[in-house]
Amino acid sequence: MLRDLAFALSAGQTGALIGPSGCGKSTLLRIIAGLDDAYDGAIDRRGLAPIGMAFQEPRLLPWRSVEDNIRLAAPQAGASEIAALFAALGLSEHAQHFPGELSLGLARRAALARAFAVRPALLLLDEPFVSLDAPLARQLRGDLCRLVESREMITLLVTHDVDEAIGLADRIFVLSARPARVIGEVKVAQPRGRMEAQGARDIAGQIETLRGA
Amino acid sequence: MAIRLLSFLALLAVWQIAAHFGNPRLLPPPLAVFAAMQEQARSGALFAALGITLLRVAAAFLLAMIIGTMIGYAMGRSALTDRVIDPWMVVLLNLPALVIIVLAYIWAGLNEAAAIGAVALNKLPNATVTIREGARALDHGLDEMADVFGFSRWKRLRHVALPQLAPFLAAATRSGLSLVWKIVLVVELLGRPNGVGFQINIAFQLFDVALLLAYALPFTALMLLIETLLVQPFERHVSRWRPRAA
Repeated sequence: MLRDLAFALSAGQTGALIGPSGCGKSTLLRIIAGLDDAYDGAIDRRGLAPIGMAFQEPRLLPWRSVEDNIRLAAPQAGASEIAALFAALGLSEHAQHFPGELSLGLARRAALARAFAVRPALLLLDEPFVSLDAPLARQLRGDLCRLVESREMITLLVTHDVDEAIGLADRIFVLSARPARVIGEVKVAQPRGRMEAQGARDIAGQIETLRGA
Repeated sequence: MAIRLLSFLALLAVWQIAAHFGNPRLLPPPLAVFAAMQEQARSGALFAALGITLLRVAAAFLLAMIIGTMIGYAMGRSALTDRVIDPWMVVLLNLPALVIIVLAYIWAGLNEAAAIGAVALNKLPNATVTIREGARALDHGLDEMADVFGFSRWKRLRHVALPQLAPFLAAATRSGLSLVWKIVLVVELLGRPNGVGFQINIAFQLFDVALLLAYALPFTALMLLIETLLVQPFERHVSRWRPRAA
């Protein structure tokens, strides 16, 4: 499904894998996370522990409160650390709620809090904004951006949405359809906050060109 | 609740009327049964029988639940195990309780181990099949989450698997208990020198229906009480996290 994929990221950087759905980008994320062993070759995860991951679905334990979910996954995280994460992700009022009482957007924020709480060296995000409506997605992207930039870790984001990739990543790797390979890389100028709309359109244009080639 | 109570009183009334017009030796009126019950209670025989039978119910039930949960879990998690063990379960499930009991007594002798083992074996396939359904329905996504976040075996069992299995454990408990306490009486009747089943056998030989009911009714009431006060609250407890249906 995937072949000869090569890309590199260093600490503090955020990479986005962007490609058509079904091209295997989620599979790649699962292989990196150690969830899928149907591949040839070797994965070197030295210096990449712990791994924090947010799946497409929140995957919270429904019989545990939001806070307990995070404590169970990240026993090393202190109370003030968790409180700070909740504040950063707008979850402070929902710490004691059960996942079944949360909207999808909030549940996804709780899953992100869990991923950050393990103090990851490598953060894997699988379509973190999928099936959220646009204003919610934009809000979450802003919160996520601030959190990611406050930490020295490698972040790898998988998405099919160009705007998401531009909004979060420093470097965007464009994948082809199956068998997927990297057909090009686009760098996003920093700081992102001051990037003109024109800049975003340029990047989107570059990605389109790469895909067309 | 009021209707249930009325219905229960109506049952007592029908019993009283039937006893009045029928042969009181075959169907003694409620008060005669109550008198027999008091007599057995005063001598202590009733409580001794209830106690020993309850112990057998508990032992056989626990044995069947523990072994059944382990086998059922293994079957639900592995298709190969399922295919290997499933025919055994089908045979056990369809073997009449009486056959298992008699065979156990012939092979192991008329002793406590044979009695409890036979009851447990009767309940075993029932527990296994229920827990297998639960193990099959375990959420793979949560397993992967536990993988990524490095959950220990114990944490997985305690916080990921057991809460998902709990409704199935509760269902197996409820159906299992009602199965076990009925079979325990048969086992006692056939080969034990004490317990409610043994007393019922004596009443049968004496053709003493009042004595029979004096043991059968308190025991039934006791099992109903356990079901209401222990099993049902347990069921509610394990499903408390589910969002209430609006």
